[in-house]
Amino acid sequence: MNEIFPNLAVAYGEIFLGIGAMALLMIGVFKKDSVNLVSWLSAIFLVVALFLTVAGTGDVTYTFNNMFVADKFTNFMKILVLVAATLAVIMSREFFRLEGDDRFEFPVLMVLSTLGMMVMVSANDLMTLYMGIELQSLALYVLAAFKRDSERSTEAGLKYFVLGALSSGILLYGCSLVYGFIGSTNFSAISMAVSNMGEGGAPVGAIVGLVFVLAGLAFKVSAVPFHMWTPDVYEGSQTPVTAFFAVAPKVAALALLSRTLYVPFGEMSASWGQVVIFMSVASMILGSFAAIMQSNIKRLMAYSSIGHVGFALLGLIAGNAEGLRGVMIYMAIYLVMNVGMFVCIMCMRRKEEGMVEDIKELSGLGRNHPALALAISIFMFSLAGVPPLAGFFAKWYVIIPIVNAGYFTLATIAVLASVVGAYYYIRIVKIMYFDEPVEEFVAQKSFPMKIIATLSAVLVLAFIVPQISSPVLDGATAAAQGLSQK
Amino acid sequence: MYQTIVFLPLVASLIAGLFGRQIGDRGAQVVTCGALIISAVLSWVAFFQIALAPGDHALNVQVLSWIVSGDFNVNWAFQIDTLTAVMLVVVNTVSCLVHIYSVGYMSHDPHIPRFMSYLSLFTFAMLMLITSNNFVQMFFGWEGVGLASYLLIGFWYKKPSACAAAIKAFVVNRVGDFGFALGIFAIFMTFGSADFSVVFSDVTSYADQSIHFIGMELDLLTTICILLFIGAMGKSAQLGLHTWLPDAMEGPTPVSALIHAATMVTAGVFMVARCSPLFEYAPAALEVVCIIGASTAFFAATVGMSQFDIKRVIAYSTCSQLGYMFFALGVGAYGAAIFHLFTHAFFKALLFLGSGSVIHASSDEQDMRNMGGLRTKIPVTFWMMTIGTLALTGFPFFAGYYSKDMIIEAAYAAHTGVGSYAFGLGVAAALMTSFYSWRLVFMTFFGESRASKEVQDHVHESPQVMLIPLYVLALGAVVAGYVFSGYFIGDHYEDFWAESLFLAGENVMEAAHHVPTWVVASPFIAMVVGFVTAWYFYIKEPSMPGRFVATFRFAHALSFNKWYFDEIYDILFVKSAMKLGYIFWKRGDENIIDRYGPDGVSAAVVRVAEKFKALQTGYLYHYAFAMLIGLSAFVSWFVLGGQ
Repeated sequence: MNEIFPNLAVAYGEIFLGIGAMALLMIGVFKKDSVNLVSWLSAIFLVVALFLTVAGTGDVTYTFNNMFVADKFTNFMKILVLVAATLAVIMSREFFRLEGDDRFEFPVLMVLSTLGMMVMVSANDLMTLYMGIELQSLALYVLAAFKRDSERSTEAGLKYFVLGALSSGILLYGCSLVYGFIGSTNFSAISMAVSNMGEGGAPVGAIVGLVFVLAGLAFKVSAVPFHMWTPDVYEGSQTPVTAFFAVAPKVAALALLSRTLYVPFGEMSASWGQVVIFMSVASMILGSFAAIMQSNIKRLMAYSSIGHVGFALLGLIAGNAEGLRGVMIYMAIYLVMNVGMFVCIMCMRRKEEGMVEDIKELSGLGRNHPALALAISIFMFSLAGVPPLAGFFAKWYVIIPIVNAGYFTLATIAVLASVVGAYYYIRIVKIMYFDEPVEEFVAQKSFPMKIIATLSAVLVLAFIVPQISSPVLDGATAAAQGLSQK
Repeated sequence: MYQTIVFLPLVASLIAGLFGRQIGDRGAQVVTCGALIISAVLSWVAFFQIALAPGDHALNVQVLSWIVSGDFNVNWAFQIDTLTAVMLVVVNTVSCLVHIYSVGYMSHDPHIPRFMSYLSLFTFAMLMLITSNNFVQMFFGWEGVGLASYLLIGFWYKKPSACAAAIKAFVVNRVGDFGFALGIFAIFMTFGSADFSVVFSDVTSYADQSIHFIGMELDLLTTICILLFIGAMGKSAQLGLHTWLPDAMEGPTPVSALIHAATMVTAGVFMVARCSPLFEYAPAALEVVCIIGASTAFFAATVGMSQFDIKRVIAYSTCSQLGYMFFALGVGAYGAAIFHLFTHAFFKALLFLGSGSVIHASSDEQDMRNMGGLRTKIPVTFWMMTIGTLALTGFPFFAGYYSKDMIIEAAYAAHTGVGSYAFGLGVAAALMTSFYSWRLVFMTFFGESRASKEVQDHVHESPQVMLIPLYVLALGAVVAGYVFSGYFIGDHYEDFWAESLFLAGENVMEAAHHVPTWVVASPFIAMVVGFVTAWYFYIKEPSMPGRFVATFRFAHALSFNKWYFDEIYDILFVKSAMKLGYIFWKRGDENIIDRYGPDGVSAAVVRVAEKFKALQTGYLYHYAFAMLIGLSAFVSWFVLGGQ
């Protein structure tokens, strides 16, 4: 299997982005007042990387000594990651332009982080896995603490970094256990070894290793009980950072989690199934209940994301292609809803106070800014899973597989959790339309922001139209079949 | 043509109701009145073609298929026979006149299009009811008129008493409708169809059969007929379910004339007549009809004698006259009942519209104690009211004379126990009818005016648009009896009614023509006695009523308080229902369902949410601790449980 010279074509996107990031760094350093240029170039580079990824055949191809893989699944997930990252770059650019706190490192860090995510998605070896995670995380630590003079931002960055280091430690320890008991770090090799052992034949050490790896990855998707950092970091970081945090890393980590569970440890699904069920249920319940008491919209979105990850994990529990497809559809819809919602959150700005984040500030928005209120309502109803909006279908496609797989209790819990969750989403709609208006926000002047919000809202509304939803559904179907043997 | 008659009012109603704002008050009036005039003229044409032409001309007109479900087939279809034709004439003529009258009467109201729309909607529903060829469509019309009645009684929805009256009318009618619906279910269960033609032709094969119901053995047809009659009782305000009718006078006066005198309240009479093939084979049910009818006639007349609200007097009079119609049905004199329905429509609508004119003249005053001496000020109205009263009391050769006397004679001629009962009460009621009718005229038009100065100065005759309908109705009240008695109850009976009314045995009206002279004379004598008494009480000796009341305190109290029906119902049904509702609300809903349901769950959710919030301390080592605890829990789970 060893090549003399690795097949670089598989990784053109990553390579381009890596070189691009270096180039951007140079431009930023040597060219004065280059923030604008760097930002837009970053966005363009991400789009180019997107095209390079899409240009791939979609056939299963390994390279770099089997450590790197590209197939339909990685393509699908990378598209999501890159779209999310591009939008995040544009959003943060517009945000900082208005806030007047421009620094060119910001987009560069985002590009680097995105590169890490792409590596994560394509990882076919515990080594690549770790490398991707670290590349992603290091950039994110910096982003979280990006506003150096803000206590909250620094605290967020520090917390994320310390806990992230702890999780990396756990992950690495897991990797070493797996290597020690199975004898390889390569996913394909592990898969073969595990299937040779047969059901229940895996040594305890390997299982413990798997649990440790799982815990490390769960930290990245912020599943309970490894979620504790999420609300604090979401709240403390600047809004564009949160917007970035909320989508792209989640997609990448979930992609990595799916591959890790399905490919090397696919034969051990009986073992990890239990853990994933626990994490999924706990995340859904905690996400729904804890959000009720929140008054900060970003904190609320943090709990919302915990809850949504719980739902997405449901798909993995089914352990088959149908479930995996559900996860992918879920993430695609989750991306649209969150991006749209965060654009709206960025619109919560007053002349004197600047950005505001309390939910009460939305009072009477329906009268002051009807269009914004309508957009938020659409996203809220969609996040709550009200048909016929996209969020409903996201839940539909993960719940149906687990019902088919016979997990009725689990499906019931999921539905009940979404009922509780609906309370806090719809409460925001109530506040906007039925509470006494407070001072108006500054009107959003950025054209790209408007476009992103409108487009997201339209997509959420129009997902029910087959012509809109079929590319996502078909792409997910094809990708899921490639990854899952069952 | 028949489609036009029935659907034109619906179209007019929709136009006036939906586009009232666009076409304005005048537009709504023109559209609805125009539609009704056309319908009325066509109805008379139909009447001459179907009823008056010799031979049987009954028609079946299919319009649409409505419900097709298994064996259950219902069509929108018209059955046009003499009975329907008579009703068409009554409904459309009165409705048309009331529409025109309303143009004047409601001229100061801000919601004219809505009013006209409701009136036309009512007319449409009533036409659906009377033209139906099956029970289901009839029920549609039945409920439709109930709805329109509700809307019109509560037309002045800002007046709490009007809303209460509307709700009362609706709820009391529901009781009757429940019986009617059960009757229809029983009919479908028995006959496998709801079409009149099928049901009526099969009826003989079910005579004397019985059904079992919770341990009781009931005669099948009697049960069906009594259920149907309960429906009729509700709609026609018969004793027990009559309480809504006097309150319904809260509605505008044209409504009282149209719905609560001439048309809707007679729907019960019409329905029993339509079902004569069923009732004829259920003699026990007919006896019930007869007893209830006679009792209502008597009861309502006693109450009418002591009321002071001019419209309530006429309302009780209506109730009483409906009682006459029912006991006529009960003794098998269907023709007489429908004839009385026909003549009553004219003179009662006349009386109502006349009283509306009085009310209009005296600034919306309805209490007769504040009237008096209006004869010279509004002479036209006075004469119209007098004609109406003559017709109602059965003065010879006026309309009521023919129909009412026939009913009383038929009751006697039946020679049954219930027939005699009805005869006795009927004559007594005739006396009282005469008394309260003349009392109304004397109190309103004679003597000194008891109204306030401003009202007196303001008294004026109504405009022509209100008077012309009065002339037309007066004409009907004078001649309708003389002209049509030969057809309805006389020599042309067979030819006129053809197949539309059914008789199993002898025609009681044949016998009624040959009763002893004292029987024939008795209603006339009763009428004269009533007139003289009223004259003595209110013209000759105005202190008499007070002394009379002082002497017969109990009897007066019973009459004045309407035999305490409302009070008894209030205790029996309203209060106990409220009490039951209160228990369900407070104990059942709030204390059990809410407490453990929504309230309990939401409280629990908040408690859980607070606990979760408390978990998020903000301390880094707590977070790290949680991660490690989670991790070790997972590992233990695997190592201990998995192996």
